[in-house]
Parts: sequence; C-alpha cells; structure tokens
Amino acid sequence: MTTATKWHIGFALLLLATALVVGSLAAFAFLLPDGIALIPFRQLRPIHVSAALFWIISGATAGLVHFKRVEFGETRGSMLYTGFLVLWIGTILAVFGFYAVNQYGGREYWEFPPLLAVPLLFAWLLLMADYFRAWLKRTPDPPLYVWMWSTGLLFFLITFIEQNLYQIPWFRDNYLREITVQWKSNGSMVGAWNQMIYGTALYLMVKLSGDEGIARGRKVFIFWFLGLSNLMFNWGHHIYNVPTAGWIRHVAYGISMAEWIFLINIIQGFRAKMTEQRIHRNIITYRFLLASEFWVFLNLILALLMSIPAINRYTHGTHITVAHAMGTTIGINTMILLASIGTMLGMDALPDKERRWIKIGRRITTVSLLVFWFALIAAGLLKGYRSVALGMTDFQAMMQPVNNVLYVFAYAGLGVLLGLGIVVWAYFNRLLQPSS
Amino acid sequence: MRTVWIILFVAFAGYTALVYTNGDAGRMEPATAQVRAGMDTWQQQNCASCHQLYGLGGYMGPDLTNEYQRAGEERMRAFMRYGSGRMPALELNDAEIDDLIAFLAWVDRTGSSQVSPENVHWSGTYFIKPTTP
Ligand code: HEC
Ligand code: HEM
Repeated sequence: MTTATKWHIGFALLLLATALVVGSLAAFAFLLPDGIALIPFRQLRPIHVSAALFWIISGATAGLVHFKRVEFGETRGSMLYTGFLVLWIGTILAVFGFYAVNQYGGREYWEFPPLLAVPLLFAWLLLMADYFRAWLKRTPDPPLYVWMWSTGLLFFLITFIEQNLYQIPWFRDNYLREITVQWKSNGSMVGAWNQMIYGTALYLMVKLSGDEGIARGRKVFIFWFLGLSNLMFNWGHHIYNVPTAGWIRHVAYGISMAEWIFLINIIQGFRAKMTEQRIHRNIITYRFLLASEFWVFLNLILALLMSIPAINRYTHGTHITVAHAMGTTIGINTMILLASIGTMLGMDALPDKERRWIKIGRRITTVSLLVFWFALIAAGLLKGYRSVALGMTDFQAMMQPVNNVLYVFAYAGLGVLLGLGIVVWAYFNRLLQPSS
Repeated sequence: MRTVWIILFVAFAGYTALVYTNGDAGRMEPATAQVRAGMDTWQQQNCASCHQLYGLGGYMGPDLTNEYQRAGEERMRAFMRYGSGRMPALELNDAEIDDLIAFLAWVDRTGSSQVSPENVHWSGTYFIKPTTP
C-alpha cells in the first residue's frame, strides 16, 4: 500500500469516528431542550451528516483507487492521486471549520458555504483523470466491477454538478424546479456511490472465491442494468408529495417496483449463501460482506414499502426516512467499506487474539443497529399515525410519545458507537504499524 | 454491454432535459428579490436542520411548507424572533425575518405538503390536482 493510500484510509476512518461520536451527541441533543446540550443540534446535525457522507465517499474512493492499482497492475505513485487527496482532505477540513463557526449556506446534506463545492469538484476531476488514464489501457472486456467503478465515478461527477446547479437563477426562481432538481441529484448521487461500493464488494467476492464468473455473464449484467435504471429514474420517491408533473411520480413508482426482483433473487440465493458461509466463516472480509447482505435484505423490504406513494403518505417526513438513510449507510455501505479496508490492511493476517476484537465489535454493532433501526421505524410509524391518520396539529403534543421512543434509539446508538468504535480502533492500530 | 450502457445514458440525458423544462407541469410563480433573499437566509441559518419543506429536512421542528396559511404571519414572526423552549433564538434582524416570511409564503403558494386522501389512486400512486394559482 502506498503512503498516499494510508493517508486516504486514515482520513476516512477519522471521518467515521467523527460521525459516530457526533451522531451520539446529536441523538441526545435532539431530545434535550436547547441550551442544555453542549453543542446545539443545529450545529451537530450538519457535522454528523457531512462526516457520514464524506466517510462513505472517501472510503469508497480509497478502495477503488487501491484495487484498481492492483487490477490494472500499476506500481508507481501518481501525482494526480496525491493532488486529489490534498484538495479533498483540505476542503473537507475547511467544511468542518465553517460549521464550527456556524457558517452554513448550502442545502440538506451539503450544508457548507457553496463555494467549497469548487475545490471538491476539482479534486474529483483529478481522481477521475488518475482512474481513467489507467482504465484506457484496460483489457478490452472488463469484468462487471470495473464497469461499476467507472460508472460510479462518472455519475458522482454528474450528480455533484447537478446538485450545484441551483446557483443559476433559472433553477432557483421556480420552487418546484428547485426542489425537484435538488432531490433528483441527491437521489442519483446515492446510486453513484453505491456503484463504487458495490463494485468493490463484487471485486472482493471474486477474489475470495477465486471465481471470475460471478463478475461476468448475462445474468449479472442484467441485474446491473436494472440497478443502473434505478440510479437514473428512481429518485422521484423523495418528492412524491410535491405537486410536480404526475409522470415524475409514476416513473419512479414503476421503476422502484422492479426492485422486487432483487428481493426475490436474494431469497432464491439463500441456500447457496449457507454453503458459502461454511467455507469462509473465519474471514473478516467475508463476515463484513455477509453483514452487509443481511442489511440489504432488511432495507430493501423497507424501501420497497416506502416507494408505494399510498404508504409513503404516512412515512414521508418521519424517522422512517432516517431509518432508511442510516440503515443503508451504516448497515450496507459502512459494512462493505470495512470489508474493503480490512482487506487492504491485511487484517486476516493478524493473530487470532487481535482478530477476536473485530468479531466482538461487529457483533455489538449488529445487535445495537437492529434495535436502533427498529426504534427509528417505530418512532416514524407513531409520528405518521398521529400526524396523518389522527391529523394532530399541535406539534409538541404530537411529538411527545415519539420522543420517548427516540430515547431507545439514542441508547442503542451508544452500542453502535461502541461496536464500530472497536473496529475503527483495531484498524487504526494496524494502519499505524510500520509493517502494514 | 457498451450498447445497453449508451442507450441507458441517452435515456437519462433525455429524461433530465424533460424534468428540467417540464417537471413543474407549467406551474410557477417566479421568485422576487425578497423571496430570493429569504431563501438565502433560510440556507445560511440552516433552518433545514430542524424544519422540513415538503417533508424534506430535519425532524426536530414542524414542517413549514404551509405554516404561513395555518399559523399566520404573526405567530411565525414571534418564533423567529424569540425562539421557544425548543426552537433556539437565532438573533435574526427585522429585514431577515421579513425575507423569511416572504420566502415561506411563496413556498406555501406552490401547493400542500400533505397529500389529501382524494388524491391517492387505487394503484397506489397519487394524482395531485393543483390547488392554488
Ligand atoms: C435547533 C432546531 C431549530 C432550528 C435551527 C430552527 N428551528 Fe424553528 N422550530 C424548532 C422547533 C423545535 C419548533 C417548535 C417549537 C415549539 O412548538 O415550541 C420550531 C418552530 C418554528 C416556527 C413556528 C411553527 C408554528 O408552530 O407555527 C417557525 C415559523 C420556525 N420555527 C421558523 C424557523 C426558521 C425560519 C428557522 C431558521 C432561521 C428556524 N425555525 C430554525 C426548531 C428549530
Ligand atoms: C452512534 C451512532 C449514530 C447515531 C446515534 C446517529 C444519530 C443521528 C441523528 C440524531 C441524526 C439526525 C436525525 C434527525 O434530524 O432527527 C442522524 C442522521 C443521519 N445519520 Fe446518523 N447516527 C449515528 C451513526 C451514523 C453513521 C455511522 C452514519 C453513516 C455512515 C450515519 C448517517 C446518517 C445520515 C445519512 C443521516 C441523515 C438522515 C436523514 O436526513 O434522513 N449515522 N444520525
């Protein structure tokens, strides 16, 4: 591993640690009256969400860059990549600097002053130049994961630019257009980083099983194209209730229902998973990948239900959305990234005593995350019932019992903090060892 | 593979153009200078960390899409100026509060955040009939 990659991984893990600590503070700040919390919620939320999103994007790019070097047989360091890292890390630190002095200006998930999008964009272009330079020399018929990495990088660029189009008055002066384009780009951007992350997951499975076949062939590509259509056309579920043109809703609803096929496919593949599990039981990479598949299953069921407008009517704007957001970013994305970084760090080469800690951390995380996730769903159902079905208008009275459920969420979050904290700690230790 | 990829990409580009130009179903009330200023303040103060518009945003406070109609200007002004037990006082000046009110009134006129039961179709989707202008 190059020094640049080590910095990349170290920074990504630091972001995850920040998301965990600040998330825990935010969960309690949400419940306590303003002024009691050490740092106000208005500040904690953007720090938490930005740390989480930047962890995912940084972790995804770290894996992608490292494995593509292995895949494409690169040995020398790259100035383009170093340039990306310097700009990327520097700008993200500036983002947190602005939050620290209460300077915002952006929109949801990207709440920092919008000018900072410029260096982030440049950093991304450098990363893409580094990747596609090597990609041009690729084998003519690349396996699926190479397609996924390339598509993810390209679509992140497209959606990131789209996310910032609101600087042009034509977009902003029409509120329906403003909100539509905002959530179109946000929705597809999640698809873009999923391409990069699932690409890495597939790469790891290929290497674990030694079977290139899982990344080739008609069936995997058909499923991939289905996923890609989702990235492109499925974002409309974010704005079902906005009075846009009707076809935006119908397209999104139609495309999301095609995802039932994924669910059926998972259930069909269940038996094969059981055999596979016996073979790779003791491999850290595999255990994290398996955990992510478990969360794909749970989150897919929730997502499918939320994508039906008649149900979305009760779940939209409640903590069910938060369950969906954190269930996928922690359960799926973070688990795959931990598998990927664990592989890069060679965690499986460590003595059993040290590896045991990771197992403990992973188990604590899974159990706490289940409680965390179900508590958010319960809170969301309660709010949906009270505000939509009962039509309660007094906000504080309506939220009172919801907040009681959210205490369960907040305490379970401490378990997630502990569990993932142990894993992050073990990874950091390994990263700092001279031999890694 | 490449062909399918390119077809999908072209479809995406076409759909994007359609969404940009026709996604609003031709319903729009252009923003005034004051509305724009209010929108900027909304973002600079990060009101969205606690409030939603059309159900999108934070969860600590109420959705404000139709608050202008429901609660009225005076009540909104009071919250913005003094905060409450839960809402922090953000030290906004009079001009900023005026701008925010203009912005939220503008948002209110675009439609209703809550879809009424009549608009839910048996197939599960919505057919939203435009309410205002
Ligand atoms: C830290 C979270 C937080 C932030 C930031 C915040 N609010 Fe609030 N706001 C609340 C909460 C909670 C309530 C409900 C308070 C209550 O009922 O006592 C509220 C209530 C309101 C109300 C009154 C709603 C009603 O009941 O009629 C308005 C208007 C309002 N906020 C506007 C704003 C604006 C504008 C901003 C940005 C400048 C903002 N808020 C920022 C938390 C917040
Ligand atoms: C210790 C564990 C964690 C706790 C207690 C926690 C808590 C919270 C809280 C309180 C919110 C704000 C919800 C609101 O506005 O009411 C939030 C949002 C969010 N968190 Fe976490 N968090 C944790 C870990 C993580 C991690 C590790 C990630 C990702 C890797 C993550 C991703 C997100 C995202 C994407 C949102 C935005 C959700 C939305 O807007 O719907 N969180 N979290």
